[in-house]
Amino acid sequence: MSAPAFLDWTAGGAGIVYQRCEGCTSVWYFQRTFCPHCGRGSPSTLQASGRGTVHAATVVARAPSEELRAHAPYLIALVDADEGFRLMAHGDRMLAIGDRVRARFIVLAGRLIPHFEREA
Amino acid sequence: MSYITGVGLTAYGKLPGRTTLDLMSEAATAALADAGLERTDVGGLLCSYSTTFPHLMLSTAFVEHFGLSPTYAHSVLVGGATGFAMGMLAHHLVDSGVVRNVLVAAGENRLTGQSRDAAVQTLAQVGHPVYEVPMGATIPAYYALVASRYMHEHGITELDLAEMAVLMRTNALKHPGAQFKEAITIADVMGSKPIASPLKLLDCCPVSDGGVAFIVSREPTSDRKVRIIGSGQAHTHQHVSAAPSLTQFGAAASAERALRASGMKLSDMRYLAIYDSFTITLTILLEELGLAPRGRAGTLAREGYFDQSGKLPLNTHGGLLSYGHCGAGGAMAHLVEAQYQMTGRAGARQVKDASVALLHGDGGVLSSHVTLVLEADR
Repeated sequence: MSAPAFLDWTAGGAGIVYQRCEGCTSVWYFQRTFCPHCGRGSPSTLQASGRGTVHAATVVARAPSEELRAHAPYLIALVDADEGFRLMAHGDRMLAIGDRVRARFIVLAGRLIPHFEREA
Repeated sequence: MSYITGVGLTAYGKLPGRTTLDLMSEAATAALADAGLERTDVGGLLCSYSTTFPHLMLSTAFVEHFGLSPTYAHSVLVGGATGFAMGMLAHHLVDSGVVRNVLVAAGENRLTGQSRDAAVQTLAQVGHPVYEVPMGATIPAYYALVASRYMHEHGITELDLAEMAVLMRTNALKHPGAQFKEAITIADVMGSKPIASPLKLLDCCPVSDGGVAFIVSREPTSDRKVRIIGSGQAHTHQHVSAAPSLTQFGAAASAERALRASGMKLSDMRYLAIYDSFTITLTILLEELGLAPRGRAGTLAREGYFDQSGKLPLNTHGGLLSYGHCGAGGAMAHLVEAQYQMTGRAGARQVKDASVALLHGDGGVLSSHVTLVLEADR
């Protein structure tokens, strides 16, 4: 049986992946082979819906490199995904705390990254 | 029992031509002289790290360079919290009898030893290499994310943050070693160029060259008796994406542990040395520590509460924001200034009563917290 194929932006796919512990039901974002809350192994890896709410946001004017300066200013947000985990992503410049958002994917400095827009 | 018997601090700012080891040596020499100790008296050595001299064994590199033969030596790395973490460890090392005197030394030519982009990129690596750094995030951006949420929840304005920048600059103008020597106004802060909203250039500490050292001893070596009477830590996360909260941090738990160990109450504190990498950092820490009500630190600063002549003087040397920030040594300048205040040696910056001091540092993105409580024996 082959593992289900996930769309995971950290591996070049147009999707967001998270994990869940089948023991304590905790969910989290940074992938590992165990639950950081209860220590149980073999967490489930799941595809996120890409929907969430803006928890924090900043417009970065001073980019860290020449390559990224071409994109500045850009908005970086912490988004609370509907599935219960938090992730860092780009977003529309007008996003504000509390906005309901949905992910699409853009290329930044040669890499696919999540970029959130307000839900219509 | 432990005493801070000697301190040494270089000017911060542009010190071209000096290496990490030069700056550490200069500060260590001053600290030994201040304590009246010789190299042979150094039983323990604690060092940190340097982004311009990324050595696997900085402490032993310094042992060789400076000419020491300690019975205990290694590096400590918790970002901006490192200086106070070394102070805490030095306290426990002398208190438990491992060594009699510990030299704590840090220094870095962070400003002139590399390009501005290199410094920004190196520091951004405290972010997650897979999930955060690819966003083009920087240290100011991580703190700006925290700022956006914290200010949203507590009704803090950019004008409130600007008060912190002006206060630190006002203090720095009285210290000849400070990196910045020109007065600034609230309007200057508000008009400074955007970095990562809501943070502007003058909300951010600079990158600096500098060296700083102190010595922690089991017994006083002079009639200057500043004791470390309590210490505590708290570590809650590394990455801002994984922080349990953007409105409550480990500072309160860390301070509670330090205060419990000291037998003191928060209301006993007379002088403050608080980490101020950004105006929002200082604001959050003051409020998290209970030194200002939530959302009110800026107002208290505006009213003069934290001035040299105020109720609770704060970072009278100018802090990271205006004395400067050379990495692990950044907050150690706060400790040096506290020791100067507590021994009545702060000159034009001297406060009326610095008999008990609270020192608090954070590393990462409010990730690692260390608190020290100092008392001057009278």
